[in-house]
Amino acid sequence: MPQSEPILRMAGISKSFGATQALQDVDFSCFTGSIHAILGENGAGKSTLIKIMSGVLDPTAGELFVEGGLVNFQSPTQAAKDGVVCIFQELSLVPDLSVADNIFLDSPPKKWGLIDKKTQREQARVLLARIKCGDIDPRALVKDLSLSRRQMVEIAKALSKKPKVLILDEATSALSSQDVDTIYGLLGELKDEGVCCLFISHKMHEVERLCDTLSVFRNGKHIETFAKGAKSDDEIVKLMIGRTVDAQFPAKPPPKDYETRLSIRDLKWERQLKGVDLTLGRGEIVGLGGLDGQGQKELLLALFGVLRSVEGEVRVDDQIVHTGSPAEAKASPTNFALVPEDRKTEGLMLPMSIADNLMIASLDKISDGPVVSPSKEKEAVANGIKQLEIKVGSPHHAVSTLSGGNQQKVVIAKWLCTNPDIVLLNDPTRGIDVGTKQEIYKLIRALADEGKSILLYSTDYDELIGCCDRVAVMYDGKITVELKGDEISETSIVSAALNIGDTPAHQKPGAMQ
Amino acid sequence: MNDYKKSLKLAIGQNMGFTVATVGLLLLWLLYNILHPGGFSSAVLIQNTNESVVIVFVAIAQTFPILLGGLDLSVGAVMTLANCVASALMSGSPIQILIGAIITLLTGTAFGFLNGMIVVYGRIQPIIATLATGSIAIGLALFIRPQPGGDVDGDLGWALTNDLYELVYTYGWWDADAAWFSPFAWIPVPLLIIIIVGFGIWLPFKKTVTGRTIYAVGSSESAAFMSGLPIERAKLTAFTMAGFFAACGGLYLAIQTSSGNADMTQAGSYTLNSIAAVVLGGTSLFGGVGGAIGSLVGALLLRMLSFYFRIMSIDPLLQPLIEGVVLLVAVSLGALRTLRTKNRLRLFR
Repeated sequence: MPQSEPILRMAGISKSFGATQALQDVDFSCFTGSIHAILGENGAGKSTLIKIMSGVLDPTAGELFVEGGLVNFQSPTQAAKDGVVCIFQELSLVPDLSVADNIFLDSPPKKWGLIDKKTQREQARVLLARIKCGDIDPRALVKDLSLSRRQMVEIAKALSKKPKVLILDEATSALSSQDVDTIYGLLGELKDEGVCCLFISHKMHEVERLCDTLSVFRNGKHIETFAKGAKSDDEIVKLMIGRTVDAQFPAKPPPKDYETRLSIRDLKWERQLKGVDLTLGRGEIVGLGGLDGQGQKELLLALFGVLRSVEGEVRVDDQIVHTGSPAEAKASPTNFALVPEDRKTEGLMLPMSIADNLMIASLDKISDGPVVSPSKEKEAVANGIKQLEIKVGSPHHAVSTLSGGNQQKVVIAKWLCTNPDIVLLNDPTRGIDVGTKQEIYKLIRALADEGKSILLYSTDYDELIGCCDRVAVMYDGKITVELKGDEISETSIVSAALNIGDTPAHQKPGAMQ
Repeated sequence: MNDYKKSLKLAIGQNMGFTVATVGLLLLWLLYNILHPGGFSSAVLIQNTNESVVIVFVAIAQTFPILLGGLDLSVGAVMTLANCVASALMSGSPIQILIGAIITLLTGTAFGFLNGMIVVYGRIQPIIATLATGSIAIGLALFIRPQPGGDVDGDLGWALTNDLYELVYTYGWWDADAAWFSPFAWIPVPLLIIIIVGFGIWLPFKKTVTGRTIYAVGSSESAAFMSGLPIERAKLTAFTMAGFFAACGGLYLAIQTSSGNADMTQAGSYTLNSIAAVVLGGTSLFGGVGGAIGSLVGALLLRMLSFYFRIMSIDPLLQPLIEGVVLLVAVSLGALRTLRTKNRLRLFR
C-alpha cells in the first residue's frame, strides 16, 4: 500500500505479567481507511495488544506512535483524546445510568457548567439512529437492556468520541444477526471516512467479508501481516498454531465404546446455550473445545445447578435428573463435582486454611451428627494432600500462601474429597506451571481409570489432544463437531472452532446454521 | 405530549422505590391529618416539619456515601459536633451569628473532607474509617460541651422554627400583615429550609460530572475507571457533601433547642436512622441508584410513623418494634429483583 505514514505504529512493544511474557517485541502498523483483522489463538496476546493501544495497560518496553507522534497513554481517556477508541466487551457501561448518560459518560454536553440532559438525549438519539438503533430509548437504563442492545450502546459510545482508530474486540459476538449487518455497513462507512478499524474476531467468514488486511499473532509475537486473499484458510490456521508441544501426557487407552453415564439432550439457557447434545461415558474423558465464550462455561454451570431456567433434559445413569443448586448437584444421584473457572473467587476461601478449604465441600463425610470430627478431618486432610502431592508447610496455613499450581491442587482435592462420579473441570491448568500440569493430567487419567467420568473444558488445544478420549467442539452455544481417536488433531480442532468447513466426520447435522 | 407521558412512565418505572415511598408518605400524611384533631392546620405542619429537619439533613448527608456504595457511620457524630460548635458561637450581633453559622458549616464540611481523604488516600473502607472518625467527632464535641448547654440567639430560634409570618414579624422586613403576603404567611420556615437547601444543592449537583461520577462509581467502579471518570474527586466530594449536610442538621438542632448536647447515643441513633431513611427513600445500599430527594421522603416517612404513635395513643415502647417491621417490609420489596437473576453466580458479585 502506498500510504506514507501509518495512523498507529508499534515499535518493539513487549509486555510481561510476572513471569508470563504476553507480548514479545511486537512491531505493528495500521493505516487510515482500512479494516484490519487481528487473528490468533486464545492467549496469543491479542487482548494485551489492544489494551496497550487503548491505554488500559502500560507496555513493559517499546514505543507507540499515533500519526507519527510518540505517545504514552496513561488511561483510556488519553487514548481517546488522540483518537484511539476501543469497544470493550460491555466493560465500560455503567448499568444504573441511562443510555444517554453512558454514551456521553466522561464528556457530556454542558450548559452553565451543568450537564445538559436535553442536548445529551438528542445527540444520543442521533448516534443511535446512525447505527439503526432508533428503538433504544436514550432514557432507558442500561441494565434494562438485553446484552446485544448493550453492545450497540457500547458502539454508540465509541462513535461519540469521533475515533480515528476504532478497535473492535469481538464486538459482534453478542449481537443479533441484524445488528451484525448494521455494524458491517457502519464499518464500511467509517472506512470511507478514513477511519482505521482494527477488528478482532474468531469468526473467519466475518474476517473474510470485512477486512482488507490480516495480521496473525501467536504466543505473544506478531507472525505475519498480509492482504486479504493472499493466503488460504488452511495456511492461516497453520500460522495461528505451529508451536511445539511441551507437555507430556499419560498414555491414552485405545478408543472403545463406553457405557453411557451422563447424557444431555437439547440443553438451552438464555442466549448462551442453544441446544447442546452430549454424552459422557463411565471412565471416559471428554474434552470441550472451541474458542472462548461459545457456551462451554455455561454448559458446566448449567449441569452444576448454578443457572436458573435451564431447558432440556439431563440423564444420569438413564434417570432424568434436575440439579437445582450446587448443593443438589454434588449429592446423590448426580454426584457432580465442578472445578470452577476462577479458583481465587469461586474455588477457594483464600484467607482460610488449607485444611478448611479441602474439607469445605464434604463436611458431611467427616462429621458425627452436627459436629465435625477432628480425627476424621485430620485423616481426610492428610489423604487429600497425599493424593495430589500438594506441597504444604502445614495444613493450617492460609491457602493464599500457596503457589498457583498448589492452590489449584487444593481445589481439585477438595472436590475429590466429595467422592464424585462425574467431574466437571473448567480450564483446570490455566496459569499454572508445566510440572503441576503434568501431575494434573496424570490424575485426570487415573480418575478415569477408576471409572469416574470427566468433562474437561480447556482453552489449550494440546491438552484436549493429549488428554481426551473424545473432543466436543462448541460454536455459538452448540456442539458442532465431535472428534474421536485419531481425528483429534490441532488442525481439526482449530478449524472446527472457527467453524470453517472441511472437517472430518461426525459433523453434526444442521450445526452449520 | 405523548413523549412527555412516556418520559414520566419511564421515570416512575426506573425509580420504583422512590415512587412507592412518595405515594406512601402522601397517604400517611393525609390519614394523619384526618385523624388529628387539629389536622390540616399550619400549627401541625410547623410542628411536624420542625421535628423532621435534622433527620432529613442527616439522611441527605448519608445519601452521598451510600450512592458510592459505602456507608458513613460518622454523620450523626458530625451533626452532634456541629451542634456543639453552633451552641458556642451562635449569639451576639447578627454579624457574629452569621460568622458562627459559617464556622459551624465549615467544621462539618472539613470533617467530611477529612473522611474523604482517609477513604481515598488511606484506602480504608468507608465503614471502618468513619466509625473511627465518628468517635473522634464525638470526642471533640464533648470537649466543647462537656455538659449540655450553650447560648443561641432566641429571636433566631423563634423565627426559624415557626411560619413565615413570625420570621418576617420578628425581623420586621416588611409589614407582616400586608394583604399580598397573607397567602404565604402560613408556610413553615423549616419546610422552606429543607426545600431550599436540599433541592437547591442536590438538583444542580446531580447534573455535574462529579455528581454523575458518584453514581457511576457506585454502579460499576471498573466501568467508571475504564471510561476515564474522576473517581477520586467524586469520592472526596461525596464525603465532603455528607459533612456539609450533617453540619446543616447540627446547626438547625442548635437553633431549635438553643443549646448543644454532645450526646453519643443520640448521634448513634441519628446515624442508624439516616441509613434507614436512605433505604426507605429507594436508594440502593449497593450504590448507584437513588438520590437525596428520596432520602428526604424516607426521613419524613420515618418521622411520620412516630407522629402516629402520638395521636393513636399507641404505647411508645412499641415504636422501635413497629419501625423495624416497616423497614423490613419496605426493603423486602426491593429484594424481589434477585428472583429474576438467571445466573446465580451473579448474585454474589
